[in-house]
Amino acid sequence: MTTGIEAAQEGPAQASRVEPDWLRRRGPGWAVVMRKELAEGLTSLRFVILLGLLALAAAVPIYAASSAIRDAAEGASGVGALFLALFTIGADPVPSFVALVGFVAPLLGIAFGFDAINGERAQGTLPRLLSQPIHRDDVINGKFAAGLAMIAAAVTGMMLLVAGLGILRLGIVPAPSEVVRLIGWLILTIVYVGLWLAFATLCSVLVRRAATSALIAIGVWLVLGLFGVLLAQIAAGVIDPSGAAATGTASLGHAQLEQQLSSISPATLYNQATSALLNPSATAVTVPGLAQLVQLSQQIPTQLSLDQSLLVAWPQIVILIALTIACFAGAYVAFLRQEVRA
Amino acid sequence: MAVAEAPGSGASPVDESPLVEARHLTKRYDAFVAVDDLSFAVGRGEIYGLLGPNGAGKTTTILMLLGLSEPTSGEARVLDLDPARDPLEVKRHVGYLPDSVGFYGRLSGRENLDYTARLNGIETGQADARIEELLEQVRLTDAGDKPTDTYSRGMLQRLGVADALVKDPSILILDEPTTSIDPAGVAELLDLIRSLVRDRGLAVLLSSHLLSQVERLCDRVGIFSHGRLVAEGPVRELAERAGDAHLSLDEVYRRLEANAEEDADDNRD
Repeated sequence: MTTGIEAAQEGPAQASRVEPDWLRRRGPGWAVVMRKELAEGLTSLRFVILLGLLALAAAVPIYAASSAIRDAAEGASGVGALFLALFTIGADPVPSFVALVGFVAPLLGIAFGFDAINGERAQGTLPRLLSQPIHRDDVINGKFAAGLAMIAAAVTGMMLLVAGLGILRLGIVPAPSEVVRLIGWLILTIVYVGLWLAFATLCSVLVRRAATSALIAIGVWLVLGLFGVLLAQIAAGVIDPSGAAATGTASLGHAQLEQQLSSISPATLYNQATSALLNPSATAVTVPGLAQLVQLSQQIPTQLSLDQSLLVAWPQIVILIALTIACFAGAYVAFLRQEVRA
Repeated sequence: MAVAEAPGSGASPVDESPLVEARHLTKRYDAFVAVDDLSFAVGRGEIYGLLGPNGAGKTTTILMLLGLSEPTSGEARVLDLDPARDPLEVKRHVGYLPDSVGFYGRLSGRENLDYTARLNGIETGQADARIEELLEQVRLTDAGDKPTDTYSRGMLQRLGVADALVKDPSILILDEPTTSIDPAGVAELLDLIRSLVRDRGLAVLLSSHLLSQVERLCDRVGIFSHGRLVAEGPVRELAERAGDAHLSLDEVYRRLEANAEEDADDNRD
């Protein structure tokens, strides 16, 4: 980036023109874009609606779970990490907090991404925006940063609300290790929703119409979120038809195949990482091999420390981050190569 | 091509080097040639009209001048810079009104201009004063705080002119500025452009397919057809060359097109 002084020297035709002071004091372009997107996004109807939806998805399971925990409180005195149980247990028919929030939260990412670029095109603001002295990637970077910031704010806010509700209902305060685990889960969730933001942004670059782009993103979300496990089962059945009915090693192999297939879905990865982070007694989140299985059967039930839990969840976390980066890089490259005019 | 002179040979009315220049500019999309070996120059204080029907390659040319599209061959020079290599510096000094300009509908006119000012790194106090002045100039002071969703096409177009001027440019590029506004609005807009050139000494490049609307405004015009410049010079000169000094530009254009087709037929034989 050239400064105003250099610019004046570079442009001989500008020699007679005195460079105004403000040229030397420019903020980075993406920060300006981000600020504007934030200002517009935070007051938008879609943000308010999604915030309401997310709050509902968070509060209802917490309410149900806290009742269940209170009912079982006498018998549950031996259970460690009681506060975390609030987030991970479901009280029939209400699913657990992490399951419901994990399902709904991607909508937040989709909502902020699906019309990021094609919306600018449709409004006729893209040529005007790109004719300003900013780099072209400032536009997509600023929008992504703004989306991520809004997602982080929404998810964190919801988390605090729910934790407060839990403390009130249960009358117990989370232990420090539980707080750290919840913060870890919060970061995981932001990355996961960021993945959907990146995917929706990619759609908005590649698809001209905002409505089509939203439908694609929501369709993928539904398929992976609702039918991901089902699809993996079907696919595993096709690849290894005898395994489902088999016993012993063969059935274990079949389960592993199913597991690997469903790991293609980020929803599965997220759920696995979540259960490792929020369930200290989870020593494995994937189907173990035979040798591990023998080990596990000899294991004394134990509570894992945080770094051990992180180790269990690490592959999933890394894959999620990699997927997010891949989606955003795709959107970035496609946008930079695109003609300004549709 | 009996009428057309070698493009770019028209004498510039100012002595200094041109602010905008195209040198054998060519843009190809696969087999389609959008702009074909285009050369012209615009000097300070000059209004140059790039005229021709829709699809002649006018917008593509403008995007290349702004560094928003890379030429296949040839070179664009803006302020003696290459927009393909130095896009930021070029965009800092070029105000651009795109074809069918759009604004963020939920933001007011003033907020939209403020965003542009911030993208240009203009300090808040300075920006406010300039935006006020520009809104007054395009007669949008009263509507300035209304969301741009409520603006008419003509108001949006005027706001677009103000938007292009926020950065205090030395070059103004207007793509189809008169399209979709009513005749009174057109006259008003053209007056505005004329006074801007007079007051600020801008170089203006404007494109239009409505030849009759802009012919009186332009010092020189380049007539553009199928990516090629078929004639260039002051309107009156072109009319004389076409046979009658009192011909309208529309008529000149029709005759040029007829000639071009004859040439094409000759070539085929």
